[in-house]
Amino acid sequence: MPSQFQIATLLIYAASLGLYLLFLRGSSDQMGRVASVCLLGGIALHYLMLLERARASASVPYHDLAGSLSLFGWLLAVTYFGLELFHGKRSVGAFVVPCVLAASLAGWATPAAQASTLPARGTLFALHVTANILAYAAFGIACVTSSIYLWQERALRARRPGPAFWRFPAMELLEGMSRTSVWAGVAASAVGLTLGFLWAQRVEGHFFSGDPKEIVSLVVLAGYGVYLRVSRNAAWRGARASVLCIANFGLVVFSFTVVNLYLSRYHRYF
Amino acid sequence: MQTVTQIVALGISHRTAGLGLRERVAHRPEEAVRAALELREQRRVDQAVVVSTCNRTEIYAVSACPGREAHDALLEYLSLSRNVAVEELEPAVYRLSGGDAVRQLYRVAAGLDSLLLGESEILGQVRESYRQAAHSGVTGTILNRLFQSALEVGKRVRAETDLGARPMSAAAAAVKLAEQIFGKLSGHAALVAGAGMMGEQVAEQLRNREIGELVVLNRTRDRAEELARRVGGQAADWSALEQSLESPDIVVCSVALDQPLLHRAQMERVMERRRGRGVFLIDLGVPRNIEPEVSTLYNVYLYDQENLGRIVEENRQAREREVPRAEAIIGAQVEKFHTWMATAELAALLGGLRERLQFEREQFLAEHLGRMSHLSAEERRRVEAHTSEMLDRILNEPVERLLSPSEVSRTRHDVDLVRGVWSE
Repeated sequence: MPSQFQIATLLIYAASLGLYLLFLRGSSDQMGRVASVCLLGGIALHYLMLLERARASASVPYHDLAGSLSLFGWLLAVTYFGLELFHGKRSVGAFVVPCVLAASLAGWATPAAQASTLPARGTLFALHVTANILAYAAFGIACVTSSIYLWQERALRARRPGPAFWRFPAMELLEGMSRTSVWAGVAASAVGLTLGFLWAQRVEGHFFSGDPKEIVSLVVLAGYGVYLRVSRNAAWRGARASVLCIANFGLVVFSFTVVNLYLSRYHRYF
Repeated sequence: MQTVTQIVALGISHRTAGLGLRERVAHRPEEAVRAALELREQRRVDQAVVVSTCNRTEIYAVSACPGREAHDALLEYLSLSRNVAVEELEPAVYRLSGGDAVRQLYRVAAGLDSLLLGESEILGQVRESYRQAAHSGVTGTILNRLFQSALEVGKRVRAETDLGARPMSAAAAAVKLAEQIFGKLSGHAALVAGAGMMGEQVAEQLRNREIGELVVLNRTRDRAEELARRVGGQAADWSALEQSLESPDIVVCSVALDQPLLHRAQMERVMERRRGRGVFLIDLGVPRNIEPEVSTLYNVYLYDQENLGRIVEENRQAREREVPRAEAIIGAQVEKFHTWMATAELAALLGGLRERLQFEREQFLAEHLGRMSHLSAEERRRVEAHTSEMLDRILNEPVERLLSPSEVSRTRHDVDLVRGVWSE
């Protein structure tokens, strides 16, 4: 049964999405500003919900799928909001907020685990998980902006830029947004992995245990490292780098789903 | 009693007259102000603004005369001042009054009445015409409100619809595409090969968009230098064409040639030297200056006249689809203005009515109190105070009701009704 908080958060996210779509359709700056304010309101309400959940379990809500997805949705919204402030462009909001809504809805639709106090795993572990989920969110946004870039590039190459073409940010800016997001993701992922290795060393006595999650996470980090390297390279920048960015996100999804659920021994929902 | 004031407009535009006649009635900015001043000095109208652009000359005025008389006065003035016979002007002018005149100005400000649907320059021209007229003191409350609301409507239509959003010429479409690729052009460089008319148009558009660096090439160096000087760029030697292609992000070619100027193999070499950095090629030449196969190279985007023409046509259709939305905004604003004007007129009318009743009361008291010599000064003062209070009581409630916001839709009818009942 969804709480009133959840309903209010969903409604405010939905309002933000509607306004972002209207902004994309009409490019009215005022509409865009209200969309951003709504998104900020959704982020604040969502944070209060996560806080409530965290208090109940005395931990960051990552111990079940519901909590992880909800945290992912919130971090996606936070990262996008930061990106919007940094680049001063709102047209991508109409594509990111549906992902925020979907992740949050999926989180709230999934039955939550019994709200009991979990064994304390410490601040290091909590930061490890939060940083990694933040990285996934940032990579998700980079995937969205790279997809829009590719769509724009194809329309331009086909010499048929339809009505939507003119409403998106310039392709160079989309590239910049992808790079900024990937930088944020790589930094968060590097911090998350380091903290994870430190925690493993503290608990199990060794940094690296060869868990598939550890291996795939390092591959993801390397993949995005390659992206950051080649996206500045003249022969790769543009469409090729965007395809690489999307492919890397495919690996993130693989890590978040198949690896977590079926292959990893230590990771379940993050 | 207050007299009837109404907004009238008399105009001539590309819809009603050819260029020859439009040229003869066109006003330069200082002439437009002088015309408005003369119209008022000659008591033809109470307030006036003359809007004169390439495609129209329109006089918006406030007059206490009935519509036909006011229009005739404006037509006569236009005929005399521009030395064009009334008979010649008559079939080409349109006469509008009240809501129709208001709607016309709103449509003009929104670019709906422009030759190039949705063009944005007209809003600035309307603003300037009004600013100069207001500065000269030929406008009053009504025209001030009318023009301020028209500027508001123009801005709203542009903000809330796509009427003026997309480029309508090949040169503007090319530069807009460049902005969709590179963002702000201030940090980018462009090369214009060919100093002909098309090259010049794009160069001017690029300069207006604050292009970082602009190089002009032409087979005749003098012409390249001349264009470069005009658009704030620099000229380069025609022989250095291939070398010059290494740095710019935007390359515009509009040269009269029988054979393509740029071939795929040549561009491939250039792209290698550019280390694959993206380039937007705009081919405005007929026959084409750039081999179509060039577009298959990675990070090379090539648009020719045909591609740009198709975009312009799509944009024109898109603008036409936006007209109903723009008309809806205008319709709502006309209604709002109509209500404001009727309310203002009614308030003035009711003020006049109160003054008249006060006058009647004073006459009545003067007549009757003269015959009541037995009344003391104090009693006379009290009679005056009581009759004044009685008048207020009679008038206050209906006046408040008539002017209350909930009654605004009725105000036009009320103005006519009140005026009809009290006119002599």
